[in-house]
Amino acid sequence: MAEDRIIEFDKVVAGYSPSLTILNETTLDARRGEITMLIGPNGAGKSTVLKTLFGMLVPRQGEVRFEGKRVNGKSQRELLADGIAFVPQGRNLFGSLSVRHNLELGGITLPRGELPGRIEEALARFPRIRERIDNQASTMSGGEQKQLEISRALLLRPRVLLVDEPSIGLSPILVQDVFKLLRALADGGTTVLMVEQNVRTALNFADRALVLEMGRLALDRPASELLKDPDLNRLFLGGHAPAKRSAGG
Amino acid sequence: MSTRNRLVVLFASLVAFAVLPIFLKTYGVYLMTLFCVYLMATMGLNLTVGYAGQMSLGQAAFFGIGAYHAAILLTLGWPFFVVLPIAAVACFAAGLALGFPALRVQHHYLAFATLGFNVLVYLVMRNEEKLTGGTFGIANIPRPSLVGFSLDKPLPFFYFTFAATILLALALWWLLRSPWGRAFAALRDNPIRAESLGVNITAYTLLAFAIGAACAGIGGVYFATLVNFVEPAPFHVTASLTMLLAVIVGGSGRFFGPMLGTVVVVLLPEWLRFMQNWYLAVFGFAVVALMIWLPGGLLSIPERFKAKGAAE
Ligand SMILES: Nc1ncnc2c1ncn2[C@@H]1O[C@H](COP(=O)(O)OP(=O)(O)OP(=O)(O)O)[C@@H](O)[C@H]1O
Ligand SMILES: [Mg+2]
Repeated sequence: MAEDRIIEFDKVVAGYSPSLTILNETTLDARRGEITMLIGPNGAGKSTVLKTLFGMLVPRQGEVRFEGKRVNGKSQRELLADGIAFVPQGRNLFGSLSVRHNLELGGITLPRGELPGRIEEALARFPRIRERIDNQASTMSGGEQKQLEISRALLLRPRVLLVDEPSIGLSPILVQDVFKLLRALADGGTTVLMVEQNVRTALNFADRALVLEMGRLALDRPASELLKDPDLNRLFLGGHAPAKRSAGG
Repeated sequence: MSTRNRLVVLFASLVAFAVLPIFLKTYGVYLMTLFCVYLMATMGLNLTVGYAGQMSLGQAAFFGIGAYHAAILLTLGWPFFVVLPIAAVACFAAGLALGFPALRVQHHYLAFATLGFNVLVYLVMRNEEKLTGGTFGIANIPRPSLVGFSLDKPLPFFYFTFAATILLALALWWLLRSPWGRAFAALRDNPIRAESLGVNITAYTLLAFAIGAACAGIGGVYFATLVNFVEPAPFHVTASLTMLLAVIVGGSGRFFGPMLGTVVVVLLPEWLRFMQNWYLAVFGFAVVALMIWLPGGLLSIPERFKAKGAAE
């Protein structure tokens, strides 16, 4: 069903400069209420897919669609209003601000009256954050910071959550917690598009896996099927030598 | 310090500040009023530079635009409380305009862009004699009266200015404590991250300049009515540097930073006067030393001690 595909990339060409093409006619999609995992070697363009979808890069060609509507060139603010939220790779907090103020910033686009309720909702989800609420964000551990980032992104109750490598730096138990949370969100109807290197663990929680190589979709399989594949280790965990990328264009 | 202790200190300082001029001679009252006037401008600059992380070497230009609005319109007989919002709005608009370069350039490029703006405004004040009186300036600027009560005497005018400064400080406090205030800090910390949360960084950058400029404009109106005379000199780039210094010395991005910093830059030169020609050198040396040992400004001293205590 076409309306099932909440996110679509249709032959998208995008890159960081006119001479550097990262996404090379990339075509892929993610379905509503599913966790779609984006995997592939370093530099394959996984983060670039999320950044393009979130309006941080404007495609040179092709079409990015959200709920069937073209969103090429929309600003991040418009996309947030449409219901897309993004937790980028790495650290994304405002270190000099308190935990509470970081959370509040996630709701900067909300009507002011709604903010306290949403923050309460976020704190109920992550009790650890509540304990640290008045601390400076930079004093939290890496795992706590990631939890805060995710809860901040959820403040707007997005319909699509983009997460780039949420498990980096988290202890195995926390990784499970984060994946469980994403699973619960997906079961509640939120679409999750996640980049993840922790492939084996993540596949247990995901619905579908897309393998990206050199900016193109190399494989599209149900997660459960891929998990059973005896070639899994050889395919994705052995690591690929980063191939030469075509310059120019 | 606990919140309660802070409030006690704040209240005590305000009371002391309100009572002190009663015991001072005319010049002392003048200096304290001048402090209030400067503080309005430096509090605004603290928003632009300290909270929103922009660079500005042009704050004195807005101070001047406010002062000349007051000089021209008040000598024409316009009422003070009509002139005040006009000057504020004019500076807000000029601040918006100055914000545009900040959308494209940062740091030292922005420093030069704002410095250039200050030079331009200064030249207009000096050369547009018909409007500004050129180097002769505009004299006999009348002081307002409040519900029939004359503010011509130094002490009443001090209280009038003091009250305005407190109102402005409260307005800024309210703004900075609101989610919008947080958005300024987010802009300073990392504009890319701020944008990905939906902060309209274009609007906030422009507003950081415009609000800061409006504060300086309001200060300028009080300045013109304090000295009753305006000429271009007080609005030279040097004054912008002094204002920036006040923000940094006090502790930029801290609400009470400008209060402390403005005391230093307004009063210290007076206290160091006995050194005559040496005073500038001593002042300069003190600033260099401060920047090296206390880059966070005077208000970072308690944290310094705390950090030391924790390390031991
Ligand atoms: N801001 C940038 N400017 C220029 N080139 C970039 C930028 N960000 C990424 N690239 C390049 O784009 C390519 C794809 O990067 P991307 O971040 O999408 O990879 P990735 O698949 O997410 O890799 P990783 O697993 O390491 O996160 C890389 O070759 C990288 O060097
Ligand atoms: Mg990446």
